[in-house]
Amino acid sequence: VDAEQQRSAASLGMWLFLATEIMFFGGAFCAYLIYRRFYFAEFAASSQTLGLGLGTINTAVLICSSLTVVLAVSAAQLGKRKQLVWYLVLTIVLGLVFLGIKAVEWTQKYEEHHIPGPTFQLAPDFPNLQHIDPSRTQIFFSLYFAMTGMHALHMVIGVGIFAWLTYKAWKGHYSPHYYTPIENAGLYWHFVDIVWIYLFPLLYLIDRHR
Amino acid sequence: MADYSNYDYKMSQQSHEHIVPTRTFILVWIALLCLTVITAGVAYLDLGPFNTIVALTIATIKALMVVLIFMHVMYASDKLIKVIVISAVFWLMILLLLSLVDYAFRFPDHTSLHPLASSVAALL
Repeated sequence: VDAEQQRSAASLGMWLFLATEIMFFGGAFCAYLIYRRFYFAEFAASSQTLGLGLGTINTAVLICSSLTVVLAVSAAQLGKRKQLVWYLVLTIVLGLVFLGIKAVEWTQKYEEHHIPGPTFQLAPDFPNLQHIDPSRTQIFFSLYFAMTGMHALHMVIGVGIFAWLTYKAWKGHYSPHYYTPIENAGLYWHFVDIVWIYLFPLLYLIDRHR
Repeated sequence: MADYSNYDYKMSQQSHEHIVPTRTFILVWIALLCLTVITAGVAYLDLGPFNTIVALTIATIKALMVVLIFMHVMYASDKLIKVIVISAVFWLMILLLLSLVDYAFRFPDHTSLHPLASSVAALL
């Protein structure tokens, strides 16, 4: 079979996979929007317990990792093996920084008893507590952990894929004539970035003044 | 540099793919970082429903830049990929908008809004 046809078939398959991923995360986003409409005050109060600083830094880290991915694809297109390996390693490092910051945020949530379950409690000194039903705030945190957790799982898988690609690139498996795996892993990484681009405003930003 | 001879069978027009200048990527990266700072800054202001409108508009601009430029959709010669991207967004809108409209009609809120308006307001 013609190599160009192979390449475009692989690309098409990747985009179809990403379409299914959009529907997968779309279901979670849909649940979030519906529950936010039902329990508006509770969702606003819960959202305000998230730290804006770490969320913003993490958004910036992911955007930087998206840049290193496109530069990796460019390096592969131009056949610059050393550059390719470097950009792949940088992407892995930035992905791990994101996961590290995420782990710090989750630890804070754990210490504040914001993990849904028998020990859950919203801070007793929370200003608007008399207007809301604290048990319903657990729904926010369930969705928060489900959505950021699934996103982080995608990041972990992405880091694994990039580690494999780094090894192959270092061995010289890719050339300007064949770099489809780099291209498709890049598409996956950008998709995960876009999911975070929407998670960030929905979870952290839009309900800070309710 | 690697030895390409093993890959002769994969010789293709891949090398003829559009190679985007690095400058474009750097500019998009700077724009994405600026928009992130702006959207986080706006969150400190109390704009009422416009907090959501601004945040989701900025998120959509960022997502468009990533899809069109970083994911090369703008440069893709393969029209089928554009069809998939557009249909994926279309399916997502069916999921989100029809679900919200359904909930708005079955569980009208205490405001006097028409359910259709209320389902839009659910986003704000």
